[in-house]
Amino acid sequence: MATHKNAILFTGLTLLIFALNFVSGAINAYYFQILIYIGISIILATSLNLINGYTGQFSLGHAGFMAIGGYASAALTHYYGAGMIAAMGGGSFGEQVTFFLSLVLAGATAGAAGLVVGVPSLRLKGDYLAITTLGFGEIIRVLIQNAEFVGGARGFTGISKYTNFFWVFFMVLVVIYLVHNLTTSTFGRAFLSVRDDEVASEAMGINTTNYKVIAFLIGSVFAGIAGALYAHFVLYLNPEDFGFLRSIEIVVMVILGGMGNLAGVAIAAVILTILPEALRFVSNYRMVIYALMLIILMLVRPQGIFGDRKVSSFFKRPA
Amino acid sequence: MNEFLQQVINGLSLGSVYALIALGYTMVYGVLKFINFAHGDVYMLGAYSGFYLGPMLQRAMPNNPVIAFIITLIASMIICAAIGVTVERLAYKPLRNAPRLTVLITAIGVSLLFEYGGQLVFGATPRSFPQIIPSVNVISQPLVISNHQLIILGTAIFLMLLLNFIVLKTKLGTAIRAVSYNVQAASLMGINTNVVISFTFALGSALAAAAGVLFSLNYPSIDPLMGILPGLKAFVAAVLGGIGNIAGALVGSFILGLVETFVVGYLSPTYRDAIAFAILILILLFKPSGILGKREIEKV
Repeated sequence: MATHKNAILFTGLTLLIFALNFVSGAINAYYFQILIYIGISIILATSLNLINGYTGQFSLGHAGFMAIGGYASAALTHYYGAGMIAAMGGGSFGEQVTFFLSLVLAGATAGAAGLVVGVPSLRLKGDYLAITTLGFGEIIRVLIQNAEFVGGARGFTGISKYTNFFWVFFMVLVVIYLVHNLTTSTFGRAFLSVRDDEVASEAMGINTTNYKVIAFLIGSVFAGIAGALYAHFVLYLNPEDFGFLRSIEIVVMVILGGMGNLAGVAIAAVILTILPEALRFVSNYRMVIYALMLIILMLVRPQGIFGDRKVSSFFKRPA
Repeated sequence: MNEFLQQVINGLSLGSVYALIALGYTMVYGVLKFINFAHGDVYMLGAYSGFYLGPMLQRAMPNNPVIAFIITLIASMIICAAIGVTVERLAYKPLRNAPRLTVLITAIGVSLLFEYGGQLVFGATPRSFPQIIPSVNVISQPLVISNHQLIILGTAIFLMLLLNFIVLKTKLGTAIRAVSYNVQAASLMGINTNVVISFTFALGSALAAAAGVLFSLNYPSIDPLMGILPGLKAFVAAVLGGIGNIAGALVGSFILGLVETFVVGYLSPTYRDAIAFAILILILLFKPSGILGKREIEKV
């Protein structure tokens, strides 16, 4: 019954987002930009939440997967976009189908990269994984810098603007729906058990490596999609944009919201996207504030602002 | 052949810098079983200590550059040892019994704080490290060996021997080995584990500071983010040799230094930063315990 309700909700929200897409042009361009960034942040944070929060595997290379998705999709639309649109009958329908295919490609390439990184490193414990994923992010950056056909170190220009309100928030909906259903299903409970006690869950017959890889795969697919949405909105990609700091920003969102708290992390993503805009006058201190926030949060409230509690429970009166 | 030997010498000098940093990683991992992410930034702080102290000592003793350099080195090591101990007390000690992930995130926070706090305090633009001892080529035919390279290698080897003596022959060193073998048993034997942990942080941070000063003497451009990559590479070196193992850290560091120099010399300098991580992924795939590491059986 609950699944039916969720499916109906999902369809309803999709239609709502589709309808809102037509009025989104009326929003002030600056606010619209922030809105799109919020959507992309939610996708990134929620997908990392599946890896870090629900499965307990600490990844520091999320920006690397975002870069792969962004570059793969941008390369597709840049080099083959015109031909594909023509083959699809041209017009905005052709554009949207082409963009959708580029999103699929972004997810597929980032997912493939996720497997390549995940399979060897997920056999290891937390700290090693953190460094391997971090190192992987650096390798991606170096490889892109040397790839001349996507602009190399100068950056990739000449990307068409396909990202719109619908695609961003539809993807937000998909990733939240997927992670929610996954982690509340019988299958998905295994993710939580891997996080809570690896040895015990192994003793219960759960193939822990398998689950870690699956979480990593799904997480990287959505990071890739977020990268594609970012690429076709900003219209310029530079390897430096996907460095260690971008990964850290996403990690901070997950930790601030509470690892394994779906709504908490989404709210943290919204806050941390708006905050730098609101605090432009102290932009020099931004990273220092992030750093202090991480340290103090870990010392005082390691479970994040919302912790394990459902966000809605904060608004209910205690029984 | 000469070019090959030249690369070997450059690689050894780079490797000895990595070794000094890697020793700190591996010792802290030995006693606390956690990766001190902020260790690379202690190396940066060491370089900045030298940057501010060096010119002062140069003015104080214009005729004795060697003594000025030695005092700069020792003072930087003491400053960073104090910073290392303070960080451990404030940020890591309250989390002694917390999940490892919590400590790891805190360490990342400390690292970011040093890097971006450093940008605010020291300025983000690269500075030029003072030439406390002017660079002279000791040998220029057929190989080029500068006095800086010899100073780096010589000081590094001296410090490693000193560390070896401290760890193997002194009472505190024995305590460090006991704690890294088994914390609970060590504390039952009357070892004050907090003192041992603080001392380990002091030793590791002092070595990282020495690495910072030595490296900056040879490559005199320093900035607040300079510690990130050497820190990560030294970590890779520690894992390569077998984390928690002091001899392993040395072996791993020299291998990494040589490989990196050869990649830069014979392949392409653009891949210099990627090669370390490629090595990391390979070693984790095939021998996660490292070259000299022991495979540990996990007990529940």
